[in-house]
Amino acid sequence: MSYIDPHIHMVSRTTDDYQRMAQAGCVAITEPAFWAGFDRSSSQGFFDYFRQLTDTEPKRAATYGIKHHCWLCINPKEAEDVGFAREVISIIPEFLDCPTVLGIGEIGLNKNSKNELIILEEQLALAESANQLVLVHTPHLEDKLKGTNLIMDAIDNTSLDPTRVLIDHVEEHTIKSVLDRGFWAGMTLYPDSKCTPQRAADCIEMYGTDRLWINSAGDWGPSDPLAVPKCRLELASRGHSEELINTISFGNPLDFLSKSGKFSIS
Amino acid sequence: MQDNQMTSEEIVDRYFLEHRAKVLDIAAFLDRIDRSGSKEKDFRIIALLKCIDELQSGDENRTKRILELLSDHSIEPIDVASTKGASGAPPTS
Ligand SMILES: [Zn+2]
Repeated sequence: MSYIDPHIHMVSRTTDDYQRMAQAGCVAITEPAFWAGFDRSSSQGFFDYFRQLTDTEPKRAATYGIKHHCWLCINPKEAEDVGFAREVISIIPEFLDCPTVLGIGEIGLNKNSKNELIILEEQLALAESANQLVLVHTPHLEDKLKGTNLIMDAIDNTSLDPTRVLIDHVEEHTIKSVLDRGFWAGMTLYPDSKCTPQRAADCIEMYGTDRLWINSAGDWGPSDPLAVPKCRLELASRGHSEELINTISFGNPLDFLSKSGKFSIS
Repeated sequence: MQDNQMTSEEIVDRYFLEHRAKVLDIAAFLDRIDRSGSKEKDFRIIALLKCIDELQSGDENRTKRILELLSDHSIEPIDVASTKGASGAPPTS
């Protein structure tokens, strides 16, 4: 059975990971722009990163039969310097017409600061004016609950259609409000933080599969590029149907990503 | 909403040893801190002990309530992000 990992940072992963993902049934991935683990010294660093996401990485994925798409933005961890962040935002539009760019992401908040919020609002405005899908990063650990609420309020102040916005990294204390407010929700499967495959399976049992996806968010930290097939196995071993497993790990990402008009798995 | 496909006995049979090991890991972690000789309790350990109390509650939704215990409940954005990281528990808990 094929699956899509709709949030993974392949620039931080090896080609061995692409091979293992392909062997496990991965046919497509989407890669949001994120923090590299260090602050870039200039907006030119982002220009090169966007070239890597739109040109280099799709070719590397294609070697393993995996379709690669991406999302562009300045991430909230580098948004505290508003002037710098605006420089980066100014170079995004020239990439938006690339055939594999699906929208603006992963934008959001990190420490829930005033400047992070300003830059979030400016990138929401860009998504609005350029009619782009939005992929949202919610903060880590103790900051998640507050940040998720601030982000949803900020989106509600725009004309963005919540069904064109996916709020990622939800957990048991945020999933219900995200779904109740009409957004799509993503569960990230991490070993030490966010959701484990078992807890994600629990959430699917409690909340169903509507407007919900799972992803590995594999990156340069503790993470697992095979987390999606592991969650599929967890669901299968609990006796869930092939239809449910297919919906959460293939049909739902396909539905949401197709709203971009650019997503394809062939 | 999807029904859990497993019976309670099947769930216990399948997951008990894994979670028995996790409880022992927490106990060994707390013992390790005690052996270090520090009298001061770190705010994260105080939060963890509150979470353990919450586990004893017979009510449902323990996971949600524990995540809420470990959350910052303020509402307004902070003035400046002076760090990028999160500690896993609100400093005041
Ligand atoms: Zn990410």
